[in-house]
Amino acid sequence: MSEIVTANRLIDGIVLFQDSAGGWVEDFARAAILPDAAATQAALALAKQDEARDLIVEPYAVVVELRNGHFAPKALRELIRASGPTIRPDLGKQAQGQAPALLEKPHVSLR
Amino acid sequence: MYRYDEFDAAFVAARVAQFRDQVARRVSGELTEEQFRPHRLMNGLYLQLHAYMLRIAAPYGTLSSRQMRKLADIARKYDRGYGHFTTRQNLQFNWPALKDVPDILAELASVEMHAIQTSGNCIRNVTADHFAGAAADEIVDPRPYAEIVRQWSSLHPEFSFLPRKFKIAVNGGPRDRAVIQAHDIGLQVVRDERGEIGFTVYVGGGLGRTPMIGHKIRDFLPEADLLAYIDAILRVYNLEGRRDNKFKARIKILVHEKGAAAMREAVEAEFAAHNRQGLTLPAEEIARINAYFALPPLEPKKPVSDRVERRRAKDKKFSNFLRCNVAPHKAPGYAIVTISLKPIGGVPGDASADQMDAVADLAEDYSSDELRVSHEQNLVLPHVALDDLPAVYDRLASVGLATPNAGLVTDIIACPGLDYCALATARSIPIAQRLSEHFGDGARAREIGPLKIKISGCINACGHHHVGHIGILGLERAGEETYQITLGGSGDETASIGQITGPGFSSENVVDAIETVVATYMGQRRDASEDFLSTYRRVGMAPFKEALYERSAGSDI
Repeated sequence: MSEIVTANRLIDGIVLFQDSAGGWVEDFARAAILPDAAATQAALALAKQDEARDLIVEPYAVVVELRNGHFAPKALRELIRASGPTIRPDLGKQAQGQAPALLEKPHVSLR
Repeated sequence: MYRYDEFDAAFVAARVAQFRDQVARRVSGELTEEQFRPHRLMNGLYLQLHAYMLRIAAPYGTLSSRQMRKLADIARKYDRGYGHFTTRQNLQFNWPALKDVPDILAELASVEMHAIQTSGNCIRNVTADHFAGAAADEIVDPRPYAEIVRQWSSLHPEFSFLPRKFKIAVNGGPRDRAVIQAHDIGLQVVRDERGEIGFTVYVGGGLGRTPMIGHKIRDFLPEADLLAYIDAILRVYNLEGRRDNKFKARIKILVHEKGAAAMREAVEAEFAAHNRQGLTLPAEEIARINAYFALPPLEPKKPVSDRVERRRAKDKKFSNFLRCNVAPHKAPGYAIVTISLKPIGGVPGDASADQMDAVADLAEDYSSDELRVSHEQNLVLPHVALDDLPAVYDRLASVGLATPNAGLVTDIIACPGLDYCALATARSIPIAQRLSEHFGDGARAREIGPLKIKISGCINACGHHHVGHIGILGLERAGEETYQITLGGSGDETASIGQITGPGFSSENVVDAIETVVATYMGQRRDASEDFLSTYRRVGMAPFKEALYERSAGSDI
């Protein structure tokens, strides 16, 4: 089960992902894919340090899965969080090309 | 409208300065998130799914043009060009940066607005009938009482750390437009046989995971005892309400467990036992507050406008708008205009900054500078001269705000749901959009007649689904969105909680299921004058259940 670590930036609340260098990025594509529980634990420990340094808030791990060759959050909640409101494609990460690559149709047609 | 006095202005300014300091200390690391969270919540600032969310109070739903313009400015300058009007008569911004929030609050304070007590376990923003001060059927304007409660409850030291949040609503007419029986305290303004003003008091209503209709504990509370009696209710609740379990901490659970009669006794005993002279409202103070809410000077007009009648005769769209979105005013020759924030296929309650400006201009030009926000997520121009209706309609149409569907099947309440909310279990808005596209605002919607669909994306019920004639509750089951349907709920003076039809429906099938419910109603109603709720109350659940689960291909079972 692969995971990523996510949090919100303290100063503006924007959703961030931990990258492979332990830094924080807005682009889902640059999130470090953590292959096992040990890797997740290590990443979360690092995130906790950044939380203590008041850079981010509420870090947690998110299960991701391969969809059509791209990683995407498994849970709909996390997919929406990593993408933006499904009803406003002009807002959120999806508007900036920073959302998970989704090659399938959205769950509900957006007209 | 109420205008801040020196005390109000100093109080709100001090709160802005205090929060500015708290934000600075949070950013510098002096405060941890755990320490900071209660401070930000008491100022209406949440951390939501995508970003922070700022909830701004429109006290008792009343706004001036200047205030609406300020909201538009903030939307442009600090957010992403729009805002969301909620079932609590609040406005939510979905994308503010923490670092900007003190500046946003300072801008709000400059137009006598704030976000104080829009969150937290305190007495929340007091809500009221959105036709307050204008409705033809009004007994008394409820807003002065809401304002008195607001002043008394702001930073009340005894009631700032209640077991849970506490919501009070006041209604001023015989028809309950404020859903008072679904509030912790519901106040219905009444007159006794001598013509004296007082309140019928309901306690222990609420929605959420344990929906309850409020119990009437006083038929007539004299006007002067308003605060003393609310104080007694809150004292009983503060002492006896459960703090051990968040899900059982609301006053509705206390009333339910204790029994309404015992609750009434406890409140009356508390009310009688304490010397509440300090809380008895002086008549001159009531008069002083009342003066702020006086009906604006409205030039006398003919009760029928020839201009309106000429346009009505030749313009079907205008005629439909009149039929649905225009309500009788207390002054002859005037009307109340509901501005539907439910364009077909749109997001319920959302307004762009440009639309907010357009509405502010309309209020300034045609409605004595006044606006209301309704709990049904619409806006209201409360004082429009009949002769001005064609011009108001044309200007609304030019900014996409003339949808003639107020009170119809597509005037849907929907919470932000999983598209924005960190607590949601399913999306609400896309369901509202698809239903809106399905039923539209044309002949079919008018044929269906008055019908309230309310959608929540989780059991917390911000979308009031329990009191929808048709309620839809979005849940998550095995990773999929699923939608439970309730029927027969009502938020008016005949309040009732809707009954669950049976197993839920997938996102794909829920619109078909609602179509089945509506078609069943159309088949069952005696005639076009029997609305959905009346028909449901007469025929009960059986025909709907049968149609949904035994005959319909839309069912999931």
